[in-house]
Amino acid sequence: MSETTAIPDVRARTAERKAPRGRVFAEHPLVQLTVVRFLETLREPEALFWIFAFPILLAAGLGIAFRNRPAEVLKIATVSTEITQSLQREKLLAVEQLDLQSAEEALRTGKIALLAVPGANGSVVYRYDDTNPEGRTARMLADRAVQQAAGRVDPVVSSDVLMREPGSRYIDFLIPGLLGMNLMGSAIWGMGFTVVDARRKKLLKRLVATPMPKQYFLLSYVLSRILMLVAEVGIVLGFGAWIFHVPVRGSLLDLAVVCLLGSLTFSALGLLLASRARTIEAASGLMNAVMLPMWIASGVFFSAQRFPDVVQPIIKALPLTAAIDALRANMLQGANLVQLAPQVGVLGAWLIFCFVVALKLFRWR
Amino acid sequence: MARKLYAIRIMFRGTDSMVACPLPRRDTGFMSAVASQLALRVKGLQKAYQDVVAVKGLDLEVRAGECFGLLGPNGAGKTTTVEICEGLTAPDSGDVELLGMHWNSDAKQLRQRLGIQLQDTQLSEKLTVFETLRLFRSFFEQGPGAAEAIALVQLEEKTNSRVGNLSGGQKQRLALACALVGDPDFLFLDEPTTGLDPQARRQLWDLIEQFKSSGRTILLTTHYMDEAERLCERVAIMDNGKQIALGSPRELIASTCAEHMVAFSAGANSLVLDVPALRRIEGVRDVRSENGTVEMQVTELHLAVPALLAELTRQNIPLTELSTHSATLEDVFVALTGRHLRDE
Repeated sequence: MSETTAIPDVRARTAERKAPRGRVFAEHPLVQLTVVRFLETLREPEALFWIFAFPILLAAGLGIAFRNRPAEVLKIATVSTEITQSLQREKLLAVEQLDLQSAEEALRTGKIALLAVPGANGSVVYRYDDTNPEGRTARMLADRAVQQAAGRVDPVVSSDVLMREPGSRYIDFLIPGLLGMNLMGSAIWGMGFTVVDARRKKLLKRLVATPMPKQYFLLSYVLSRILMLVAEVGIVLGFGAWIFHVPVRGSLLDLAVVCLLGSLTFSALGLLLASRARTIEAASGLMNAVMLPMWIASGVFFSAQRFPDVVQPIIKALPLTAAIDALRANMLQGANLVQLAPQVGVLGAWLIFCFVVALKLFRWR
Repeated sequence: MARKLYAIRIMFRGTDSMVACPLPRRDTGFMSAVASQLALRVKGLQKAYQDVVAVKGLDLEVRAGECFGLLGPNGAGKTTTVEICEGLTAPDSGDVELLGMHWNSDAKQLRQRLGIQLQDTQLSEKLTVFETLRLFRSFFEQGPGAAEAIALVQLEEKTNSRVGNLSGGQKQRLALACALVGDPDFLFLDEPTTGLDPQARRQLWDLIEQFKSSGRTILLTTHYMDEAERLCERVAIMDNGKQIALGSPRELIASTCAEHMVAFSAGANSLVLDVPALRRIEGVRDVRSENGTVEMQVTELHLAVPALLAELTRQNIPLTELSTHSATLEDVFVALTGRHLRDE
C-alpha cells in the first residue's frame, strides 16, 4: 500500500494547532460577525428607507396635518337679518344669511356648524349636532353674541392670556410614539427577516458547521442593532427638535437607556418570532400579527387611554405601550428612570422572557 | 438485506484475486497502526426521519489521506450520512469516530479541524467574496488568510465582487474556499458540482485534485459517477440508506460488470426481440432491455459485436444507434440495483 507514506502525521498537526496565537481585534469572530451584519443592513436600500426615511416622512406628514392653527373661524348661518346683525359682533364666527331650505341643506352637509333661526316670542333656536365639538363651540359663541347684543352684561370681568407652548401639541405627543414604533419595527424586522432568510438559505447551518461560537452570532445582531439605534433615534429626535421644536425635558442618558432597553426587548421579541420559521412568509405573518395590535393599542398616534378601562391592564403590559409611555414621560414631563420603573420593569420582563424562550426554541437549520 | 450486502462483499473477494478487499490485507501486527490511520470510522449508523428511514445501519471507514466517494442516487442517504459525520445531525444509533475524536466529547476541537461544504448553501449575497472569507477565517484558529484562500480557488479577479453577482461555478469555488480557510485535516464535500456546467465542473475537479495532493482526507458525495471515478481512490455506493458496494472505482467496475458496454436501440421491435438469444452470444455476460434500449455487458468486444449483428439480422430486427463504451461506475450501479442513477 503506497498510501501509507502519504498519510500526514495528524498528531504533529494537533500539537501545532495548540500553539498560542495573538488575535488582532478586527479578526475576532464577534467583530467580523458584527461588521458583516452592519454591512448587510447598509447594503439593503429598502431596509434603510423603512428605518430612516419612513418615520421622518410620517412625522412630517402628521405634523403638518395636525399642526396647531390659529383659533379657527366657525361657519354658521341664519335666516333672519336681525340675528345676523347680532352675531356679526363675534369675530370667531362667520355668519351667512340664507333662505331656510339652503341653510338646512348646508347644516346637513356640514358646510356650517350651526343654524340660528328665530323662534316664538323673539326667542332664538339653535340647530346643530351636539356630538360635533364645532357645533357645541358655535352654540356657545353664538348665544353669547346674541345675549350681549340684547344687552346682557357679564357680572365678572374676564381677560385671556394665550400660551402655545411646545410640549403640549399633537406633534409633541406624536414624536415619542413614532420613535417607539420605529424601535419596535426596525428591531423586529431587522432581526426576524435576516434570521429567517439565513435559515432558509441554509447559511445558519453552514455557520454552525464552523467553530463559530453560537452566542457570538446572536450577540452580533445585538451589537449591530445598537450601532443602528444611535442613528435611528438621533434622526427622529433631531428631526422633531429641528423642525417642530419637540422638547426633550428628561435626561438624555435616561432617554438613551430607555431606547436601548426598548430596542433589546424588541430584538428579543423578533428573535422569538424568527426562532422556528423556515420561510419569509411565515415569519412576516407572525411579525405583523404581533405588531399590528400594538400599533393600534399602544398609543402611537392617539392616547391608549381611549380604550375601555377593562383592557387597560393588558395594554399597559404590552412592550410598545411601556416603551412609548416611558419615552413620552421622559421627553415631555422630564421623568427620570426611577419614575419610569413600571415601564422599565415591563420592558425588562419581556426582554428576559422572549430571550430565554427564543434560545430554547431556536432552530439553526 | 444484510445478507445481500454480505454476498456482494464476498463476490468482490471471490471474483478477482488482484482486487484488494475493502480492508487492507496486512499481517495482524500492523492492524493497530492501520486503525490509527483511519480518519473516519462509522459503525452501525441509523437515522430515521418522521416518514422515512434515511440510513439503515451503515459502516464506513475512510483512511487518512484518501479521497473517499459516497455515491448514490438522490435520496440514498448520502447527505444524512455526511451531516451525521459533520456533527450537524444526531444519529438514532451508531458511532462516529472522526480524527480519533467523538462529537459528544470533542466537538470544539473537531470543528477547528474540519472543512465543510454543504449541499446548496447560499452565502450572503450582499457581501463581497473577500468579506465572506474574512468572516469564515475569523472562526478558525489557523489557516490561510482570506486573500490566500481566494487565490487557492482562483477567484482573484472576483475578490471585491458581491456574492450575488457570481456565477454558479464561482459560488461553488467560494464555498470550497470557505471550507478551506481553517486549513482542515478532513474535508467534507457534499455534491460539490451538482448543477454546474461541464466546464465549471472540470475546473472544480482540478481544484479538488490539487488539495488531494496536499495530503488532506476528503469525503465526497456525488451522484455523478464520472466525478467519483476521476477524484476518488475508493468509493462506497449507497442505495436506500445502505452501502451496496465498496472498493476503488476500477475494482468495482472489474468485479461487477464486464469491461465493455454495448448499447443499441431496437425501437418498436423491442417487444419481439429475443433477449435470451442475445445472452447466449459468446463474450456477452448480461443483457438488459428497457424502453426499447438494450444494454449488454461484454467481455470480448471484437467477438460479441459481429455476433450481435448476425443475431439481429437473423431475428430480422433493424439496428439503430449502436454504441459501445468502457464500463463505468454508472454501469456498476445499474448492475447492482437494476436502476439508473437518474431514475428519480
